[in-house]
Amino acid sequence: MHSIFKAKTAAILSVLYLATTAIAVSQDVSLPELVTVSSGMHQYRASGEFLRSGVPADAPVLAISMPRSFDIMKYQVSVEAYRSCVSEGACGEALANRSQKPDHPVTGISFTNALEYARWLSAKTNVKWRLPTDEEWSYAAGSRFVDDSLGAREDPENPALRWLLKYQKYADLESEQTLPVKPHGDFGANENGIYDMSGNVWEWTQTCYQRSSIDLDGKVRADGTANCGVRIAEGQHRAYITYFVQDAKGGGCSVGAPPTHLGFRLVRDDKAGTALGLINRWWDSLLGKD
Amino acid sequence: MITRRTALMGAAFAAAAPAIAVQRASADSETMTPVGAKVDLANMPRRKVELVAPPFVHAHEQVSTQPPSVVEFEMTIIEKEVEVDDDGTMMQGMTFDGSIPGPLMVVHEGDYVELTLLNPPENLMQHNIDFHAATGGLGGGALTLVNPGEKTVLRFKATRPGTFVYHCAPGGPMIPWHVVSGMSGAIMILPREGLKNEKNEPVSYDKVYYIGENDFYIPKDENGDYMRFEDAGSAYGDTVEVMNGLIPTHVVFNGKAGALTGDNALKSKVGETVLIVHSQANRDTRPHLIGGHGDLVWETGKFNNPPERDLETWFIRGGSAGAALYTFRQPGVYAYVNHNLIEAVNLGATAHVVVEGEWDNDLMAQVVAPTAYGDMHISKKALP
Repeated sequence: MHSIFKAKTAAILSVLYLATTAIAVSQDVSLPELVTVSSGMHQYRASGEFLRSGVPADAPVLAISMPRSFDIMKYQVSVEAYRSCVSEGACGEALANRSQKPDHPVTGISFTNALEYARWLSAKTNVKWRLPTDEEWSYAAGSRFVDDSLGAREDPENPALRWLLKYQKYADLESEQTLPVKPHGDFGANENGIYDMSGNVWEWTQTCYQRSSIDLDGKVRADGTANCGVRIAEGQHRAYITYFVQDAKGGGCSVGAPPTHLGFRLVRDDKAGTALGLINRWWDSLLGKD
Repeated sequence: MITRRTALMGAAFAAAAPAIAVQRASADSETMTPVGAKVDLANMPRRKVELVAPPFVHAHEQVSTQPPSVVEFEMTIIEKEVEVDDDGTMMQGMTFDGSIPGPLMVVHEGDYVELTLLNPPENLMQHNIDFHAATGGLGGGALTLVNPGEKTVLRFKATRPGTFVYHCAPGGPMIPWHVVSGMSGAIMILPREGLKNEKNEPVSYDKVYYIGENDFYIPKDENGDYMRFEDAGSAYGDTVEVMNGLIPTHVVFNGKAGALTGDNALKSKVGETVLIVHSQANRDTRPHLIGGHGDLVWETGKFNNPPERDLETWFIRGGSAGAALYTFRQPGVYAYVNHNLIEAVNLGATAHVVVEGEWDNDLMAQVVAPTAYGDMHISKKALP
């Protein structure tokens, strides 16, 4: 068991070496360690909210293909790394207290902050960095991915049932959460060698909130609504967070456990393009970046 | 060597000495030793009540079947560090019987409340208790000032039916500090014949939720982190500075942000009637049940006044306790908040009630689930 693990680590490290040396570094940026996630098939619990006959239902599990391998940061972006971006005026201040330790994952990060960092790092390294999609994140997370389905059939007679079930599920999750931000690696690696996924720092993805409906035969209909002002943060459960929020904590009407902390990690995007380009262009136009 | 701790202790003891009693409101046990004709309660029935920590309340009759009695309670004052939010923010708390708020006491009009108040030797400070329900002697504060290692017994007659605050009031600047450190609670004096609606018809409840709301003032260090202190004394100076700014860092129910949510959410079911007693010993608040109402509300908490009906939000004056009666009609999760929503959501004043039962489509239905409505997007332009 031990030796297998070692062999696997060695393999990943060699990939890592190749990945990092391929990047032309400018100046003082320390390169993030990367892990390559190979292509394959992914049983993906779709994100967003689903309606079946107009009633909330569990999201379907979709068999999707991850056609290309991709490189993802081995650790979440650190306080130290993020501070470099802030000090150059390219990133907004993280919300978290000033007493954050440099080698801890940076928290108090909005989706916008994560984008700012990705742009800055891309400029520094001449390589395109971006946030993972929810599909990529959940695929890379492997056994660390937390399925947020309730496992209950919708009951058109009593919409409160799913609500109560969800409340209990989130209450259970919340009671298990640890609070202080931990040093990199504290939550351990998953089977892909990626550290701290589904620890207590949620990670922004670029996937937008999506409401979809499912046909009676279980097919997802194409006429859903996307809201890219709300993005998915992945962690111990999927969280749908407004893009400028740095601290998602709250009580009041919004029942359910919010993310304990908001941070991020990036993927290296060798071949820009695909459907993501569309979303990014839309987002840029919103921000007036065109 | 005068440490902050000994200096504080000195100040506390000095407040008890008549010669240096600068603060007029300061309690003074020597000058207030009561005189007057003895009251003979020897033939009056007595019973002892074990207090229960909030949000719950000890078993009690709503309509009294007993003659007026002496009801004995015992409370131990406990100074201890408490966690006030899920981020692990700590406060040097002071408590009646170990909980913030202190326990809800229930008696009937005409009963005598007989409280044994203990101040254990491991405590640092003098404490006492001021019952807003009691008549004379600074609400009992003047007769109950106990040093660490002392106990006292106070008796007062419950003459006015209603919900009333009690709190610690040991003199001068100690008063607000002890209160915002957690030393308050409530007593409910029920009419002997139970509660009545606005038409003077009897009403009853299946359970009581006692919500004690607190405003906390926790100092921050130069990094913006909440400070943690060795003991209450060393917390005093910095805490008073925040207190005097009048902007609380935390506004919470049951002593902690999230104390009544998640696994600790209150539970009920459709058809059940609850009486929500809400106290705030220091600061105004405005409870609101999201998705519900106050069927009958004694906003000022005094049962000789007819209750108001059908309220959306009711006002609890700082230094008072009110009561609201409500029957749940629909299942789901209800949020019970201080409807200053900043205080509810950002500072902590939110409780949840998880209600089970059958959905009533007549009261509410989702006629059309959220769906896209076509291409008629209204384009939103940035400001010029």
